[in-house]
Amino acid sequence: MTAGGLAEITLFLVLSVLLAWPFGLWIARVAEGGPTPLDPLLRPIERGIYRLSGIDPSAGMGWQAYTLSLLALNVLHFLLLYLMLRLQYYLPLNPDHLAGMSPRLAFNTAMSFVTNTNWQAYSGETTLSPGSQMWGLTSHMFVSAATGIAAALAFIRALRQNAVAELGNFWADLTRITLYVLLPVAVVGGLLLVALGVPQTLATHADATTLEGAHQTISLGPVAFMEVIKELGTNGGGYFNANSAHPFENPSALTSLIETFLIIFIPFALTFTFGRMVGAPRQGYALLAVSLVFIVASLAAVLSAEAHGNPLLTALGVDPHLGDMEGKEVRFGITLSSLFAVITTATSCGAVNAMLDSFMPLSGMVPMFLIQLGEIVPGGVGSGLYGLLVFALLAVFVAGLMVGRTPEYLGKKIQAREVKLAMLAVLILPLSILGGAALSAVLPQALAALGNAGPHGLSELLYAYTSATGNNGSAFAGLSADTPWFDTTIGIAMLLGRYAFLVPVMAIAGSLAAKVKLPPSAGTFPTDGPLFVGLLVGVIIILGGLQFMPALSLGPLAEHFVMLAGKTF
Amino acid sequence: MSTQADTLSLFDGRILSRAARDAFVKLNPLTLMRNPVIFFTEVVSALVSVLGVADAVSGRPAGFELAIALFLWLTVLFATFAEAVAEGRGRARAESLRRTRTETIAKKLADPKDRRRYTKIPATELRAGDVVLVEAGDLIPSDGDVIEGMASVNESAITGESAPVIREAGGDRSAVTGGTLVVSDWLVVRITAEPGSTFLDRMIRLVEGAERRKTPNEIALDILLAGLTLIFLIAVVTLVGLAHYSGTMIPVPVLVALLVCLIPTTIGGLLSAIGIAGMDRLVRFNVLATSGRAVEAAGDVDTLLLDKTGTITFGNRMAAAFIPAPGIGERRLAEAAVRASLGDETPEGRSILAFARDRYGIVPETMKGGTVVPFTAQTRLSGLDAEGHQWRKGAVDSVLAWLGETNPPAAFTAAVERIARAGGTPLAVAEDKTLLGVIELKDIVKPSIRERFAALRRMGIRTVMVTGDNRLTAAAIASEAGVDDFIAEATPQDKLAYIRRVQAEGRLVAMTGDGTNDAPALAQADVGVAMQSGTQAAREAANMVDLDSDPTKLIEIVEIGKQLLITRGALTTFSIANDVSKYFAILPAIFVTSYPELAALNVMRLTSPQSAIMSAVIFNAIIIVLLVPLALRGVRFKPIGAAQLLRRNLLLYGVGGVIAPFIGIKLIDLALTLLGLV
Repeated sequence: MTAGGLAEITLFLVLSVLLAWPFGLWIARVAEGGPTPLDPLLRPIERGIYRLSGIDPSAGMGWQAYTLSLLALNVLHFLLLYLMLRLQYYLPLNPDHLAGMSPRLAFNTAMSFVTNTNWQAYSGETTLSPGSQMWGLTSHMFVSAATGIAAALAFIRALRQNAVAELGNFWADLTRITLYVLLPVAVVGGLLLVALGVPQTLATHADATTLEGAHQTISLGPVAFMEVIKELGTNGGGYFNANSAHPFENPSALTSLIETFLIIFIPFALTFTFGRMVGAPRQGYALLAVSLVFIVASLAAVLSAEAHGNPLLTALGVDPHLGDMEGKEVRFGITLSSLFAVITTATSCGAVNAMLDSFMPLSGMVPMFLIQLGEIVPGGVGSGLYGLLVFALLAVFVAGLMVGRTPEYLGKKIQAREVKLAMLAVLILPLSILGGAALSAVLPQALAALGNAGPHGLSELLYAYTSATGNNGSAFAGLSADTPWFDTTIGIAMLLGRYAFLVPVMAIAGSLAAKVKLPPSAGTFPTDGPLFVGLLVGVIIILGGLQFMPALSLGPLAEHFVMLAGKTF
Repeated sequence: MSTQADTLSLFDGRILSRAARDAFVKLNPLTLMRNPVIFFTEVVSALVSVLGVADAVSGRPAGFELAIALFLWLTVLFATFAEAVAEGRGRARAESLRRTRTETIAKKLADPKDRRRYTKIPATELRAGDVVLVEAGDLIPSDGDVIEGMASVNESAITGESAPVIREAGGDRSAVTGGTLVVSDWLVVRITAEPGSTFLDRMIRLVEGAERRKTPNEIALDILLAGLTLIFLIAVVTLVGLAHYSGTMIPVPVLVALLVCLIPTTIGGLLSAIGIAGMDRLVRFNVLATSGRAVEAAGDVDTLLLDKTGTITFGNRMAAAFIPAPGIGERRLAEAAVRASLGDETPEGRSILAFARDRYGIVPETMKGGTVVPFTAQTRLSGLDAEGHQWRKGAVDSVLAWLGETNPPAAFTAAVERIARAGGTPLAVAEDKTLLGVIELKDIVKPSIRERFAALRRMGIRTVMVTGDNRLTAAAIASEAGVDDFIAEATPQDKLAYIRRVQAEGRLVAMTGDGTNDAPALAQADVGVAMQSGTQAAREAANMVDLDSDPTKLIEIVEIGKQLLITRGALTTFSIANDVSKYFAILPAIFVTSYPELAALNVMRLTSPQSAIMSAVIFNAIIIVLLVPLALRGVRFKPIGAAQLLRRNLLLYGVGGVIAPFIGIKLIDLALTLLGLV
């Protein structure tokens, strides 16, 4: 880790926050239906969509109606995508006549893209046609991202308003977020990536003859625009199997920085959106600060573990000067690979520009732990914010009594109903992650798919269910995931991680929205200062993270200490 | 109240021995089910015990298992013991109350109009609507309203106050309480309570905790604790599979030990004790709350409706200024006022003497041969005739009439009007046909009340003064006392409307009241405190009754409510923060066979895997007992703002909760090692 690297990361974080700030206020304006400079261009399209689909954008929805609309849309998209993947052979833009997916792989993949997970049990360039990648996957990257943001906006409205049960109109939210938030950035970002060398073509491959005269077929496709929404929507599903480590997805250090920024852009921005919409910017800063605490600590841990290289290799005479370079691209090095790994798991993106499986045990544990916290610091677009708010409610509930009042957050009393629903949501994480990993750890057919023995194999298992439940989608790649057991159970983990969390959260929003908003006073628990930031960090670790300690001890921690003792498996 | 409950020390021997017995009775799973965390602990304790005994019977080594089982049972017992101690303190108080409820004989009147014909029946047979005669020396047989007569009643059985109070028919002093003693005269009382539901009965049940229901916040907290238990159950059960992969079979007792250390047994065990102790603190403060919910609401209250008279001001008017007429010296006026007031024995008259002495150093000299003219309600004058002079002081129109003055100086009239407008009382002073000036009498604000209100404001509580005075007067006193708002010319309807309005803004309101017409407002308020001296209707409508009938106590009631909530929050935080250390104690110990290298996580350097597990389990059990005094006494409360309170408590119970068990577990491990037990 060099001083240059440190400066690079600091500058990256500072610039990300500074750019996210105005964008967060922009999202708030879009959410409130306010006028924007893009109106002349987009308003007619928006109105056209409403007219075509018979939507009254001003009709308010209670939490049930909002959630049902959201779920109905997601079910529809799941079916649509499933059919597309199954019937790929018969669909247009399939010049290589690729066959359709197997039922279980299509189920896994459709679930993966509808839930914003983008777990890829398939290999993009050899399994999917440009048509499937564009119409099937890329379009769902927009929908799943907009779905998450819409749910977060509904939750913010619940905290903002005084005894009004309605949370906004889901269809209007979805439309406006897609048109005014995702599309403009995607267009600009996509063109930028094209300019920096990322291909965008309907040709499926280029033929090349190498200097030695060998013949090569190099896969191509409409990569650039899929790439940008992959990051912007914290989706993570790459055009190529190698994801952002592939030179056509991520050609240079500069594109890597741009892509890393795109991942964190909306999650950061939404904290400002939150502050603006609840009328108290400092409330948003506090949530941003919590995320930054985790990101900075994670970066420190990953960088320090990666920078010194593998002691076992050093002992064999490998120069540790460049750090642990196994599974990393030389054009990114330790710094950009570590930054990407932390940002992609602190959000629920899951794109990778280096192979996490090859990280040192401790630096592989950090991304895993970030996902296990529930993808909330700052988490995926929208889903991260509402997840973080659930933990804010729990933090206030646990410690709020210490100011001598029954707990309240932003003037909303937190009572039995909210606590019940919050615990229901939070329970899903250990149930799905630990339950999935523990079952797999004793099933012979699951163990057969492991690429490694010993604690590293366990890490691969644990990471798979962690990634699926957290809707992250990245992998410890040692696992051969396209088996009946993993396709099915990981598909279910993605389902639980998205909807079994979202539905109780929306119910909390409904319950909070209808409550009277208490005016703040000197006796109110302050939720906007460093004290609250510290409290929330502690509560997230203790209530959200520590239950994974036993599992992590047997996986990466064991691997780390065993490695220090000089043993391998 | 100077009963024994006051003097009970925290660990009175009788209470402790009774509680130790009750702790075992409370192990009954049917009743323990109310407490999900401790119930769960009991179930797994039974499981480990059965496994331990089975091993012992079949000759396998079972010492370690049985030792774990022992401390798991102690965890459960300490929790039930904490609750039993808290209840014991209330029970001691209830017993002292019960002693006053001796079998009384009632004189039931056949005809309420005729006091001479009555039949004697046991008080327990009285129904609501019966009319009884109570004479000097009789105990009042049950709760009721006086419909005829007036008597002095000793209510010390209820209030602890031995000075008798007047009870009479009509008005706001008509309620009498069963078990109190008529000292003089007689009363005809219409009984209002059915047998078994008198005020005394209710009071006994309340302090015994028999009617205790979980408060809304306790229910929510229970859900959180049950949820955490479930999360850790998942973590520990799945560990079996993960450990199997890693080549370890973790024995069930060890898994249970890990689980019990992780689930929030500390707060789970102390939660109900904290609630009972909160009620008990109120009782010792001579305030009865009808439910724990009311105590909780008291902590949440952010608007206090305070009656001006008696709470904010002393309630009687006192001299505050001498304003001389044109051409008269202030000292001459003061001296004349003193002489004229020698014959005025009313509090107002005495206050004039006190004020003149304090302000001008005037000591009333004894006048030879003077004639004192006493104050009477007819003349509304007092005065002194001596040494050939006449001094008079009294109501302005009376003095002017005495002077024969029809056209007083404009400055005098202006002063009189100003005083009257500000809610004070002007008294004119004259000497030998000369009008000297005016004395201003006014309601004096209690000296320390301003600081009290400032402290409340720092806690985020608004104070609202309720008064029958006109707006101008009210505004003057409000600004002097430093209240945030006031209701002038307040009728009971005004109070009710005000409460509804601020409640609609999301505020929680507390108020005191005693009259029947206060009842709707008392019922509407989130915390309504009725005075024991008040009417039956007020006491029914309120959710607290102040036995001392001291409206100032509202402020302390709010503080007790806050203290209860803070204690609950502090111990919850402490309990959850404790978990961090337990991982470091137990995890290296249970994985030592698969990965001896994980001993690096044994940051406490505990002697052996067995001692590590035992130390964590023992710490987990005894921390409950160690925290019982804190749970019962409550966390010290200071009236400071929420931000400061949070900083202080978070440091103490949050950070402290992370660190303390590291030290505790290490010490227990050292002790076990020294004793050679592991």
